Order: sequence, then structure tokens, then C-alpha cells
Amino acid sequence: MKFTANTEQEKKEMLSSIGVAGVEELFKNIPSNALFSPKKEGILKKGISEMEVLAHLKNLSSKNLTVADHTGFLGAGSYFHFISAVVPALISRGEFLTAYTPYQPEASQGTLQATFEFQTMIADLYGMNIANASLYDGASALAEAALLALRETGRKKILVSRTTHPEYRLTLQTYCNDFEIVEIPYSKDGTVALEKLNENLNEDVACVIIQNPNFFGLIEDGQTIGELAQKKNALFIVSANPISLGILEPPGEYGADIAIGEGQPLGISLNYGGPYLGLFSCKEKHLRKVPGRIVGITKDLEDKRGFVLTLQTREQHIRREKATSNICTNEALMALAATIHLSLLGPKGLKELAALNLKKAHLLSEEIKKIPDFKLSFSSPFFNEFVIQSKHKPEIIQEHCLKNKIVSGLNLSKFYPELENAMLWCVTEMNSKDQILQLVSLLKGL
Amino acid sequence: MNPQEPLIFELSVRDRRALEFPACDAQSPEVEQLIPEKFLRKKLPQLPEVSEFDVVRHFTRLSQLNFSADTNFYPLGSCTMKYNPKINEKTSSLAGFTDAHPYQDESHLQGSMELLWNLEKMLCELTGMDAFSLHPAAGAQGELTGLLVAKKYFKTLGENRTKVLVPDSAHGTNPASANIAGYSIKSVPSNKRGRIDIDALKNVLDETTALVMVTCPNTLGLFEDQILEISKLAHEAGALLYMDGANFNALVGLAEPAKLGFDILHLNLHKTFSVPHGGGGPGAGPVGVIQKLSKFLPTPRILKEKDKFKIMLESESTIGQVRAFFGNTGALVRAYTYILSLGHDGLKDVSENAILNANYLLSQLKDLFPPFVPETCMHESVLSGSRYAKDGIKTLDIVKRLLDYGFYAPTIYFPLIVPEAMMIEPTETESKKSMDDFVSALKTIAQEMKDNPQTLKEAPFTTPVRRLDEVLAARNPILKWKQ
Amino acid sequence: MLNLNHLKFAKTHEWISPDGKVGISEHAQKEITDVVFVEFPSIGKSLAKEEEAGSIESVKAAFPIYAPCSGKVITVNENVAKDPSLVNQSPYENGWFFQLEIKDANELQNLMTYDQYQEFLKTEVPSH
Repeated sequence: MKFTANTEQEKKEMLSSIGVAGVEELFKNIPSNALFSPKKEGILKKGISEMEVLAHLKNLSSKNLTVADHTGFLGAGSYFHFISAVVPALISRGEFLTAYTPYQPEASQGTLQATFEFQTMIADLYGMNIANASLYDGASALAEAALLALRETGRKKILVSRTTHPEYRLTLQTYCNDFEIVEIPYSKDGTVALEKLNENLNEDVACVIIQNPNFFGLIEDGQTIGELAQKKNALFIVSANPISLGILEPPGEYGADIAIGEGQPLGISLNYGGPYLGLFSCKEKHLRKVPGRIVGITKDLEDKRGFVLTLQTREQHIRREKATSNICTNEALMALAATIHLSLLGPKGLKELAALNLKKAHLLSEEIKKIPDFKLSFSSPFFNEFVIQSKHKPEIIQEHCLKNKIVSGLNLSKFYPELENAMLWCVTEMNSKDQILQLVSLLKGL
Repeated sequence: MNPQEPLIFELSVRDRRALEFPACDAQSPEVEQLIPEKFLRKKLPQLPEVSEFDVVRHFTRLSQLNFSADTNFYPLGSCTMKYNPKINEKTSSLAGFTDAHPYQDESHLQGSMELLWNLEKMLCELTGMDAFSLHPAAGAQGELTGLLVAKKYFKTLGENRTKVLVPDSAHGTNPASANIAGYSIKSVPSNKRGRIDIDALKNVLDETTALVMVTCPNTLGLFEDQILEISKLAHEAGALLYMDGANFNALVGLAEPAKLGFDILHLNLHKTFSVPHGGGGPGAGPVGVIQKLSKFLPTPRILKEKDKFKIMLESESTIGQVRAFFGNTGALVRAYTYILSLGHDGLKDVSENAILNANYLLSQLKDLFPPFVPETCMHESVLSGSRYAKDGIKTLDIVKRLLDYGFYAPTIYFPLIVPEAMMIEPTETESKKSMDDFVSALKTIAQEMKDNPQTLKEAPFTTPVRRLDEVLAARNPILKWKQ
Repeated sequence: MLNLNHLKFAKTHEWISPDGKVGISEHAQKEITDVVFVEFPSIGKSLAKEEEAGSIESVKAAFPIYAPCSGKVITVNENVAKDPSLVNQSPYENGWFFQLEIKDANELQNLMTYDQYQEFLKTEVPSH
């Protein structure tokens, strides 16, 4: 298939306007031994028709088994939630889909206003003064938050709870590889060991990072952790699931300086890991250090309200190596999806959704607890995920579930080898009572 | 103030609802019994209370306030605003891809893994590189990944190389990424031909240099024709050569960067490989490397064993992870679909027509706006409006007026080394007719400059809002709505 | 017309008054165009001559402010923080940035007088 428009006649006319005999003359300064030639046994073939392409891709997609055609109890940073038909219908409009970064605001008010609405929703959801226009994903948003703290405090050390998503911690390590990162263990109840945190807190610490609800689904005592951090003038960074904030206290209310999150649960498909949506919000005093784009209100020549990218001197295209981040392209379309999703939910819908997740997760945990040889690993209150340990190997449980068209919880052995036979189970509004009870009876039958 | 489309919050009516959920079918205690009161949210977030129709109409109206590639010629230089085939949207929304959870067992995900593995191989073949990582979410994250790969490589060799050389015409992301990776940055000036000044390069290239970052073609739309010499110098100094592949649309199917001496490169799939830009993202910025660097690439990696695909979670030498999970796979499905559709013959047709179109536009505009370097270009050209600046007409005024004629603006004031710069990239999918219309609009504007310069100063007139006051926005930042 | 003979100018376009107030020249504010933000050094910070003390920003650019001489920052101009346009309106009076406790008055000798600065401007190619 080709999507070019020029006919041979047009090409001739254009070449003659340019004053060259053939298109090859235009790139004759490329060294000839660097020219591309297709390999005989290569993977690149000649182009094919749309029909053939679709058939090929349908074949590939059918080789995947999904949590939609099975029953899924898998979360761990990527959540299967209901997405209204409204979201894909609106974000696939070409006017949104095929525009770019709104450098010319007069011709980009749609993207700009939607982004401003997004910033308002995210800032308010997390209890913060400001939010940016998005970062890549939750993990890189966490790393950017730490970089801000290192810059703002001039200190060199990062404390991060072991109950923060393992892949977020790995990303943090990559981004902050010149700095000391100390992992704070969890206590018996599965939340941050406060005495260990206190031992490690001193004037070298730039920030304390937690996830809340944490990777085990448990609710951390944010207030106390925030107070400990503040005593040493370290910034307090919280990673929070946005759906949980329909019922849980927002990080801004318990002292977080920066709150980040993975926005995927807000109307974005699982997509085998991406594209997702990095949420970034903070207190106003950090405004000039914020990474990424920000949209603000202004007026036009006729005093009409309008929206523009603002505070751009923070960014790479102006400040270059002194920029607050290297980010340029962000996740604008995913931010739009989240804005539409949150608009559909409204305050009451979000609260209902969070409550549904909470209650259904507790139904499953209560039922599993009743099964002999299965126990809830931690006693702390949790949101929509929890850790279960049993005498059975997770692999056995996984296989048993799969035979019955159930995708089980996450085997924790690779991330938390200290927890024997532990699995992280997630329940969302997508799981019906019948599915939950089916799972329970399967586990009983092991 | 007279807003033309209210904010969604201004449409809010108490107790109006859109999305509803089935009643909880599980017998369960109430929220207050499950979570201690001190952890509960006291005040609901200020989300709008609107109907589904309110939402649909609001965002449809917002969309209509945008220019986009689907609706307007969008010659935004360096961004490659080509046609994004609709088949890409269809394939990337197949349920097998969208509803796959990243933590499912690898046996469930053979389709996605096969696709990603194939895409890696395709990008290797197109660039001549030996291995690719598909993780980076965008070009800038690709740069950071590549820079960290180099850092780890030199650390393994026990060499202390702390400096990165970046031409003064480079994208701002280059020095910004190098800074995050922990390097010091040295800017290398361009010569009068718009290429890297080789003597200046020699002066700063030494045993502390880790990388020379080269955008190829460069941001002036010119092929770095001394690249083999630059490569030789960099390698003799023990440094690696990095290619910013933002402009790969000029080379795809035409030349292999590895054969030009590049050791690492990133590609912007949302530019060359037709992933839609989405109003600013998501994109994807895969990183390719030569063999000796492949073991440093981020994890997890996908391996093929016989006919099965496996995930390698960790490796000894990896730089680690740059994000969670496997990358912007939704974008990767689109790019894969595109490469498969076009094939190597279609991709060559892309670069040839991209170069042809850019040169045609250049030939039509050069008398009005002289190019910074007077020669033919690759996929884009950088023109200067400085001759009009002395009469008080800035390039900004010219492009604002273009909006009135239905054309999105070229990239302006970049690269920084060109006064009153206007960077024009038509891409291969634009027709001669739409380029001719664009040229005639610019000619009309040139006439307006003489007859009625005030029109340009006040433009645009026909857009949803008139020229916006960016100074006001920056002096008094209002970044969220308050009742 | 203001009498500016008491000010000393640096090649980087800052001025300093005998009591240590630092600002930028009329020429510089015009080049920068509308000032939207000024980043001050923290009070109490000791600056070396020509050390970067802060930055001044327009919508599309940021420029460093260098200390014209060594000294300790004793105060910053809160009025400019509130209304950065003062730098454009009144660069020599209300638009000053911060005040230094001058460490060594001899350092001022190397700076230009207003007249010398005007001559210097004629030799300088506009940089932006």
C-alpha cells in the first residue's frame, strides 16, 4: 500500500521546478555504500493490501488470550475497568487524534482547553494546587518527581518504600542512577516500617516516596509518614491509584508535596502495558520546577478567554540542558481519554466506582480466608487488591484457574521472594459475584 | 470574557449523571466499615456533573476548535505530520491487543510478543542496527535510554567519559536528556553550510567524550554530508556516535544509519512510522544499537526460542527499566501495521516523495523566504523571514496569518541558529495541489505585508480565538479552574 | 531624563548602584521583551563576581543574571516578584532585582560607566 499522492506527471513537473533531472539528485550526498537495499531473506517484504494487513493482524491478535474473554483477577499497576463507548468514539476524532502539541494556540484550542480541564481534575483528585499536562506513565512520573526533589533540595539521597511498585522502583533506579536510593522495608502488617523510615531519615534525604494504596493494595498511614519526612525537610512523594481517590483521602490532604499516579484506570485499555498516562501534581511552591507541559488561561485581542501552553521556559526547547525535564512528546490523547472518563463519572460516579471495587475485593478476600490453608498475608485495610498465601505453588493455582478460563492474580515470587507462595489478587467492578464465587470454589477444589 | 465553549465544569448541574454502574451484587459491609475513617476522603473531588450527551457534545465541539492533519495541511517542521492511515487505528483496537494485561503469562501473549519481536527485526533491518528496544515512550526517552546505554558501556570498560557533544542546531531534548543521564554538555557550532563545524568538533573531542549526538538529516533539513569524517573522528577518540532519528522520514527505506557509522539511534514512530500525534502524544521512541551495546538495553526483552516467544525479565548488564511494562505497545501495533502495509518498496517511496515535496516547496518559496543554506534539502527546509523583520513583520505574524488561510503554521524560531526561522515539512503524503495552495497563500501574505501590514500584526481573524496574550498567561499563571 | 552616572555596567548588561542594587539595562529589557518572571538568588547567599545569580524570563526565552561584583545578597525586590513588568517599565529604578553587600568596592572599577556602556553597545552584535 502507498499513501503518497504524486502522479508521475506531477513528479516530472515538480522535478523541473526544482531544476533536477531525477529525485536521486536530491540525495546524492548520501554515501552510496550506506544506501538501503532489501535483504533476500529479510523480514521486510514488499507492501501488501489493507485486506491482507488486517488479516495478518487479526491472526496475531487472536493468538493472545485476554482478560476480557476470560475472567481476570490481575491488577498490580494495570487495571481492567469498564470503559464507556463514549471514550473511544471521542478520542478517535481526527481533529484530536491527528493534531500535535498545540504550539499555535489559536488553531489548537480544543486540545488546550481539554488539557486545562484535565489539569483541574487531576489536581483536585489528588488534593493538589497544580497538575501538568501528563508524563509517559506512572513509573516515569515517579522518577520525574524524585528528580524534582533532588533539584529542589540539593540533596543526594532518596528513600523509597519497598511497597512501591517494583517496576516503578526499577525505573527510579535507572533515572536516578547517580544518586543513593534506600529501600524502606515493610512491617508485619504490610505497610511502611515507620521505625526503619525514621532511622534512615536525615538531612541528606531529598524525598520520601511511598505508594498508597501500596503495591499489596494496603492503605499506608500517609499522615504519619508525611510528618516524619517534613521534620527533616525532605519532600514527601506519593504514588496513588486515581480510582482509589474516589473514597480515600487525597495525598495533598495528608501532606504530600508531589502526588503522581498511573492514569490508566481512567478510561484507558490494558494494551499490554501502554500507552498509559503519567499523572503529575504538586504544591504550588514547586511550580517552576515542574516537568512537562502546562496549559494556562489567557485572553485574546478581543478579551475572549483562551488557553495557551505556559511557563515554557522550564522546558527543553528553551532551557536545553537546564530544563526541568527532557520530556517533549507526552501522552496527550490518553489525558483526553481520562478527562472524558472522569467527566462521565462525575464526583458521585467515581465514588460509586471506588466503593464497588472495595466491596467486591472484600467479598473475595472474605471468601478466600474461609478456605483451609489460604490466608490473607497482611492485616491492614486494603482497597481493591490483597495478598494471599497458601500451601499451593502459585504456578499450580495459575494453571488450575486457566483451565477454567480464569486469569489468576500475580505470582509475587519474582518481586517479593520473601513471601512464600504469595499472590496479589485484584477485583474490580468488572468481576461479578458469580465469577468471584466461581474462583473461590476452584481454589477450594485444589 | 466571552467564552465560545464553556469549560466542562461550567456545564455542571447538580445531581446530573452520565455513567452508572450495576448495583453491587455482593453482600458487603459499607465503605465506612471497611476503611478507618481517618483514611477516607472528606470532600468529593470537583468533577463535573453532566449527562452523556453533554460530554459528547462538549468534546466534539472542542475537537472542532483544532487544526489537525486530517483537516488541514500541517507543515510543522521536524514533526512529520503525515497522513495516519485509518487501518492502524483498526488493528491497534483489536480486542486481542487492547485487553491483554502485561502480567499475564507469556503463553497467553504470543500474539503481542510475536508482533513486537517482528517489529524489532524490521527496525533493525531498516537501520542496519543489531538490536532494538521498544520500551521508550517517546523520542526524548529514547535519547535518555541511548545515553544510559553508552554510560554503562563505558563504565564496563572502566573509562571515565563524562562529556556529550551536541551541535548548536540540535533539538533541546538532546542536551536535556544528556543532563538527566548525568553528562556535561558541550555545544558544537555549525558552519556556514549548516553542518557541524569539523574543526570546532576536533577542538572539543577528547578522551572524556562519551558521545557525539548528531541529528541526521539535521534540523536544517540537510544531510550531514561529512558524517563519515565525523564518525571516524568520534571513533578514533573512543567515543560513540549517536543518531537522533527524529528526521528518519528522509532516510527510511533509502539509507541505513549503521552504515553511516552510527552506534546508537532512536526513532520517533509517531513521526516516520505514522503513529498519530494525538495532540502531543502518545508516541514511541525505540532505541537501536550495534552488537557490542545490545546487552545494555533495557529489560524486559522478548526472546524467540524455536517458535515460542519468551520474556527475559532481567539481565546482568542492562541499564534497567525506563518505564513500567513493555512500552507503548498500542503505538507499536500502529507502526507495525504501517511497515507491513508499505513494505520496503513503499517505505522507499515515502522518503523519496518526502524529499521531492520538500524541495518542490523550497523551489516555490525561496525567492520569498531565502533558505538558511542555499542548496537543495532533504525532507524539510528552513527558511528565514529576516528580510521582513526590519519592517516590523516577524515570522510569528506571517504564520499567524497563515492560519486564516487554513494552513497550520510551520515550526518557527527553530533551529535557534537561524534568525526568524520557518521550518517547513510537507511530508510525502501531501499533494502538489495542497502545496501549491500553501505557496499561493504565502504569496498573498507577502503582498499583504506591503499593502496592509497591520493585518498581519493582528492575525489571525478567522480562528476560534484571536491572537492570544501569552505574556499575561505567564505573568499570572491560572492553571486550574476555580468556581 | 534620569541621571545614570552613578551606575556601573557589566558587559552582560547588568548594572549595579553604589549601594549594591543590581538590575538590567534599558537595552537589555528591550531585547528580552516582556519580562514574565525573575528568579532571584536566596537572601544571604554569597555570590562571586560574574557568578550566575538568577535568571530573567520572557515567554520564549530565559537569560542568566550575573553578579556584577562579589558580595552577599541582602534583599530582593518583592515588587518585581509580584509584577515583573516593572523591569520593562522602569529598569533603572523600580525594576531592580536584588541588593548586594559589596565585598570589594575595587571590583566596581572594572565595570563600565553609563557612557562607556553606550559605546560598548554600538560594538555589540545583537544576540537575539
